[in-house]
Amino acid sequence: MRSEPVVQVQALVKRYGTKTAVDGLDLVARPGVTAVLGPNGAGKTTTVETCEGYRRPDSGTVRVLGLDPLRQAGELRPRVGVMLQSGGVYSGARAEEMLRHVAKLHAHPLDVAALIDRLGLGSCGRTPYRRLSGGQQQRLALAMAVVGRPELVFLDEPTAGLDPQARRATWDLIRDLRADGVSVILTTHHMDEAEQLADDVAIIDAGRVIAQGSPEELCRGGAENTLRFSGRPGLDVGSLLKALPPDTAAAELAPGAYRVTGRVDPQLLATVTSWCAQHGVMPDRISVERHTLEDVFLELTGKELRA
Amino acid sequence: MTATTGTGRYAPKPGAAPLTRMIAAQAVLETKMLLRNGEQLLLTVVIPTLLLVLFSSVDIVDTGAGEAVDFLAPGVLALAVMSTAFTGQAIATGFERRYGVLKRLASSPLPRWGLMTAKTLSVLVTEVLQVVLLTVIALALGWSPHGNPFAVLLLLLLGTAAFSGLGLLMVGTLKAEATLAAANLVFLLLLVGGGVIVPLEKFPAAAQDVLGLLPISALSDGLRDVLRHGAAMPWGDLGILAVWAAVALAAAGRFFRWE
Repeated sequence: MRSEPVVQVQALVKRYGTKTAVDGLDLVARPGVTAVLGPNGAGKTTTVETCEGYRRPDSGTVRVLGLDPLRQAGELRPRVGVMLQSGGVYSGARAEEMLRHVAKLHAHPLDVAALIDRLGLGSCGRTPYRRLSGGQQQRLALAMAVVGRPELVFLDEPTAGLDPQARRATWDLIRDLRADGVSVILTTHHMDEAEQLADDVAIIDAGRVIAQGSPEELCRGGAENTLRFSGRPGLDVGSLLKALPPDTAAAELAPGAYRVTGRVDPQLLATVTSWCAQHGVMPDRISVERHTLEDVFLELTGKELRA
Repeated sequence: MTATTGTGRYAPKPGAAPLTRMIAAQAVLETKMLLRNGEQLLLTVVIPTLLLVLFSSVDIVDTGAGEAVDFLAPGVLALAVMSTAFTGQAIATGFERRYGVLKRLASSPLPRWGLMTAKTLSVLVTEVLQVVLLTVIALALGWSPHGNPFAVLLLLLLGTAAFSGLGLLMVGTLKAEATLAAANLVFLLLLVGGGVIVPLEKFPAAAQDVLGLLPISALSDGLRDVLRHGAAMPWGDLGILAVWAAVALAAAGRFFRWE
């Protein structure tokens, strides 16, 4: 999608005391779903909260829907929906009461009853917020972010702590938002969430974007993929290599077990199978191992646990 | 992701509700939250009512010449204002900040000044309910108020401004739990030392001069001057309240934090 960006962050720096949370971050989010992925403390929430107008950048510029989140907040706020990582509701307010209240602050809100039903909050509509389960609190916060029919929603870890059903309901709602032309910026630790939902993924580490692209681009570009097959032992790997593109590697790892690494695409698969046909080899157990976003993520941000 | 066709149900149609509707909705919600909260009701309704009934019917404190209720009713009205504008508002706002309510509302279409206006309206609505209830009870106990209703209104409004400023200043400088403790402590101290149920004349002369400058003393003394003695306009007390209101609101504006 090549249209005007919904979020443009340039050279953003944000420090808390001596700690630099965001360190010269650049990010362009286009219409659709953008996932901001990163380990704990990478600067995801600080970046999103700067876009929401909660933080004042130490330097750099932030534009959301073309507006300055601080100086043009009044114009921007009705157009943007916000789901905080936690809280945001009076502890004594009932779930439905709070959602109806947020709806009243908007000119053309969604139908509250339908939204409650959609997110499975019907059974707890009369329950005070402090007695809702964590998952119910999350879904209420999500409902509050979308009820005003915004153009853009910021979801900070929308599925953290959700059970699989609730997670599925949240994903379905995000897909429906996207299909109806609502842009979504979400932060997450879950690679599968980014892979499932996002048009575009930005991986943040130590306050900078270290990779950005569609899930497919990142999986392709960040790491080499592998093709494995079995055949009779002692095939001429050198002849196979000549048939393959130059940046590809091939080896017989164990007698009869072959591995091809490189950019594995349909053309490469066809080349390998036609080479086998020419040499009278029946490639048993042929498999393509596609790198997941998780592989890419761990490769980029390191596998060690961080404090 | 595969492209899917939307149903149009969530198609963007953003817009803020009219400002008056937003502020009214916020004021209604704030008032509901306050009236639903047991501890808040204890402070704003139960304690003032109990003090009024108990001390009017039983001769515990020497309230001077005349009917006890004529001394107590103005003091308890002042206490009611303090309990809502200062104690109640400080505790509620402290926890709203703690639980991210202020933060979340800050990203809603309701501007911050709109939220503050709604909070003030909610305080005023609660005070009206308190004044009506306490007046009915006091009249039943034989209270005979005098004076200029306009002067009473002015005292109540200036008192509300001063106590709101002090309450919000406390929220701005303390954590939620500390606010809870401190607001209750201040409530108790001012209840005893602010001429609410104990006449200031009972204190040593030096202490009287200082205590007389407290906003609760100015409010209870001013209300008593008008309602008991029929004074036209208690300028001295109004002046003290005006100074407290100006200083406290300015400081609250300077130190208040939204998260």
